[in-house]
Amino acid sequence: MTVQSPPTRPAAVRSPHRPRRVPPAVWLIGPSILFMALLMGWPMVQGVLQAVQNEHGFTLDFIRQMVEDPYFWPAVRNTALLIVVMIPLQFGIAIGMALLLRSNPRLNKLHFFVWAIPLALSDLAAGLVWLSIFNDRGYLNSFLKGLGIDGVPWLAYDNQATLFFCVLIAEVWRSTSLVLVIVVAGLQGIPKDYDEAAQVFGATFWQRLRHVTLPLLKPSLQVALILRTILAFQTFAVAQALTGQNFPLVVGETYRWYTALQNPNVAAALALVILVASMLTSIFYLRALREKGQGGTR
Amino acid sequence: MSTPTVDTAPLRRQRRNRIYLQIACVTISIFMLVPIYLISLAALSTRESLNEFPLSLLPTNISFDTLDAFLSSTGIFGALGNSVIVGIGTVLLSAVLGIPGGYALARFAFPGKEPYQLFLLFTRALPIVVLSVPLAKLFLTTNIYDTTYGVILLHTSLALPTTILISASVFLSVPVDVEEAARIFGCGPLGAFARVVMPMALPGLAAASIFTFVMSWNEVLGASILTLDHRTLPAQVLTSLSDSPLAYRFAGGFALVIPSIIFIAFMRRYLTNMWGSTIR
Repeated sequence: MTVQSPPTRPAAVRSPHRPRRVPPAVWLIGPSILFMALLMGWPMVQGVLQAVQNEHGFTLDFIRQMVEDPYFWPAVRNTALLIVVMIPLQFGIAIGMALLLRSNPRLNKLHFFVWAIPLALSDLAAGLVWLSIFNDRGYLNSFLKGLGIDGVPWLAYDNQATLFFCVLIAEVWRSTSLVLVIVVAGLQGIPKDYDEAAQVFGATFWQRLRHVTLPLLKPSLQVALILRTILAFQTFAVAQALTGQNFPLVVGETYRWYTALQNPNVAAALALVILVASMLTSIFYLRALREKGQGGTR
Repeated sequence: MSTPTVDTAPLRRQRRNRIYLQIACVTISIFMLVPIYLISLAALSTRESLNEFPLSLLPTNISFDTLDAFLSSTGIFGALGNSVIVGIGTVLLSAVLGIPGGYALARFAFPGKEPYQLFLLFTRALPIVVLSVPLAKLFLTTNIYDTTYGVILLHTSLALPTTILISASVFLSVPVDVEEAARIFGCGPLGAFARVVMPMALPGLAAASIFTFVMSWNEVLGASILTLDHRTLPAQVLTSLSDSPLAYRFAGGFALVIPSIIFIAFMRRYLTNMWGSTIR
């Protein structure tokens, strides 16, 4: 056994006496890097090439085909609309839920468990669950009939507003728990002292939320926003289960081009749209939240 | 003798607020549970009673006919098996590749640690759909298209960043001191890891692998693009959506929902730890 000076961790030192030895960390992280390079890096490059290349070389045909498809712009519009409405809504709900849990209500463990159940649900499952409620002869219309109100054809193809509403409810129901868990974890890291201090100095609930809790939650919110928005771009099975083709979303279009229309190139082009949109929003969030943070500390 | 008058208004206000809080919590719980109750109800009704209108909101005639029909319809049993195989395969492969990485992040300072962490965060954000289409082409040329192996590879690449980050946080919570003590008493680095660190980290790692399994169990798009005959359960349900009766879809939804509840019950203690840890 070698004797080493106490303040340094044995493995942290890259010993100058044995330059040929590969540090153990390389062996430990090497396989994961190799695997991800093979199964993520390479397919990503291939995906870009697939979208802009045919057997004769560079081409914009597939992108033109994608844009000219009658479902493309509705799909883009629906995806954007869903994100713009859903993200603020579910962040509001999730922060409210987390604050409710922090106030230590009775049975708060049970409530947290129930609120976290959708975390393990796929969007396909959520779509099927809400299909049993929203379909023409489903539970919601049965319930309305019991109240003496005529049923509404929630999922009729010519009623884009109710279609959007149904998909929105199903997605909020399913995916808010992800935000909730991140926010709860963030709140646990904030000592209650700050909040109590503000309370002693007479701050109202809203003032404390606005000037104490939310600024301290910013790192968690940033992660939750990025994750949630990127996942929201990928929503599709919920719409597929609830509406079939009647409420197109961009990823649903990828699926359709790949399976029904057997055109992997256009599917790859659509996937690129999602990739670019996800990257742009991540960068936007990172910038927006950082700048505000600097303004606050000045 | 008169008692001094005490202003009980703040006390009453506080009590009233607590009642409001209680009501809000219960309302949200009901909103979360009612859809699950209804899908269970739909899956446990007969096909005839599903055709009635209005539907009964109470479990009046429970039957397993619909579920039976769903489970015995073509492809479902095999798909269930495939889902389990893919899930376990993903858990094993991502553990083999990811746990060493997590250990390295937790214990070693090495050049490129920061870029490695950033790289992990970036790959976590990579949309599945971007990988699936080119991977299908790659798998076709290497003859693993339409096999469970292909799906395992895709799901592992999706789960790996999370596995590494979670296991790093699990190892961080095991004190270095016990490991050093084991080394002093004569364990080699591997022995110290296997006999001391591993047992202490096991509960957290188990929760992390349930998490991986859930991700794989739920993944729809990639699995349905990468397979034709060897579909996982969600992929099978998705592809037969358009030409199947409502009863089949409800039974499918129920079959997807129930495991999720069990998973969450198993890992509820670790939920915030896991997501809290990945924040850094």
